[in-house]
Amino acid sequence: MYEYLVNILFSVTGNQFLAQASVMILIAALPLFVVILPYALAAVLAERKVSAFMQDRIGPNRTGYRGLFQTLADILKLIQKEDIINSEADKKLFNISPLLVFAGSYAAFAAIPFSGMFIGTNAEVGIFFILAISSLVVAGILMGGWASNNKYSLLGAMRSAAQIISYEIPTALVILSIVMLTGTLSLNTISELQTAYFWNWNIFGGAAEGFKQFILIPFMIAGFIILYISTLAEVNRVPFDIPEAESELVSGFHTEYSGMKFAMFFLAEYANMFAVSAIIATVFFGGYQSPFGYLGNTLNFPLLIPFEQFFWFMIKGLFFVFVQMWLRWTLPRLRVDQLMTVCWKYLIPYAFINLIIIGIISLL
Amino acid sequence: MFDIIFYLFAFITIGSALIVVTARNIIYSAFSLMLTLFGVSGIYALLGADFLAVVQIMVYVGGILVLILFGVMLTNKITNVEIKSGNRNIAVSLISVSVLSAILFSVLLGTNWKETNSQIPETTLFGIGELLITKYVLVFELLGILLLIALIGAATIARKEE
Repeated sequence: MYEYLVNILFSVTGNQFLAQASVMILIAALPLFVVILPYALAAVLAERKVSAFMQDRIGPNRTGYRGLFQTLADILKLIQKEDIINSEADKKLFNISPLLVFAGSYAAFAAIPFSGMFIGTNAEVGIFFILAISSLVVAGILMGGWASNNKYSLLGAMRSAAQIISYEIPTALVILSIVMLTGTLSLNTISELQTAYFWNWNIFGGAAEGFKQFILIPFMIAGFIILYISTLAEVNRVPFDIPEAESELVSGFHTEYSGMKFAMFFLAEYANMFAVSAIIATVFFGGYQSPFGYLGNTLNFPLLIPFEQFFWFMIKGLFFVFVQMWLRWTLPRLRVDQLMTVCWKYLIPYAFINLIIIGIISLL
Repeated sequence: MFDIIFYLFAFITIGSALIVVTARNIIYSAFSLMLTLFGVSGIYALLGADFLAVVQIMVYVGGILVLILFGVMLTNKITNVEIKSGNRNIAVSLISVSVLSAILFSVLLGTNWKETNSQIPETTLFGIGELLITKYVLVFELLGILLLIALIGAATIARKEE
């Protein structure tokens, strides 16, 4: 896609550098406008609707048809709000922090394949890059919590950072087992390997053949559950929302933030939710691959395939986002010690055993 | 194109490194250090060392920098001790820095650099993996054991009071 766009622009402007630069900027901005912003608008409303239905309420229903424009109204309100910075805060760091957190969660989208044609970078390091760049979010959260000069913020930031770092280990271990099986770190290649029908997805043993595939299934499901729990903790969602436990810490590291800066944190949280769901969908559920083959192949119209792939990818990603919301309104919050127990005493050993068993099976 | 990106990363690296050493507030130093490490990683990526670039972020930003931040934050605010970085001994440091940079420059200018016209590889990942498990397997395993010992040692020290 990159070369194609560069060629078009080059023939229009006649300037190689200008064409390259503008295409790079366009591609870097594309996921934000095509995916994240519309998704966040929908997801915030969906979260409120889902919570309302789970608690037998109606939810927002005044703005537009059944409250469809509620999020837009909220954003307009947030834009108008006065930007409050408390007088004791460290202003520079206080202002940089939301940008840093959002940049960290947005950077992950560079390596996520939305479809065969729509991927920021096809670099071979893909998933490893996503794991590494999430540390930017940790630094941003710590920065915001410290700069607010508020003990609740600092406590929330500390908890959040400790939690994200701890749960990165089981995440990395499960992803490592898939990497071992597929022999690649590129999410695009991992998706390509799970092509054709849904029984080639990694959760059903991947593209391995016959007997091996059947033995792999239980360990793949175990890996999926471990990955789901630990990514849930990495994005600070209930039941792991200790960093912003309302009853203890007001709202954690973003207690002091208001207006658009608060909206940045919110957007980053929702972007993160989708990013981890997309990773799970790619690693275990075939990524952008359709479960039954493509309409474009049947109709002999190959241009349709990338759009179909995009559709399947969004469906899978949004399904896991929905499960996150479902869990949020179903489960109570863990305590801090329980949180660390779950990670270090259960998830990490199980993930290790799973890794070793999958390694042995793949050697068979 | 690459030149502009290179100078951007170089500017980020050097500029933030300057802040690291000149900032009065140690928190600013720590966060500027993050930018420095990112700049270096960007330069690695430009040179075609994709794996090294990501490892740089993973180890330095994700591990060491967060550790530094934890240390600074827990000591700075809670114990009310003002941690400031000052610049004493200007003369001594000036001499040592100029001697060091003179040595580095003489090495830089005096070395007979090898020039080859090889293409930047698509990815260094598979090459590194193969070398780690064949040629350098002993070193690799020894490092693994060393890290394990450090981990167990840290856990033992932390549990000492019981």
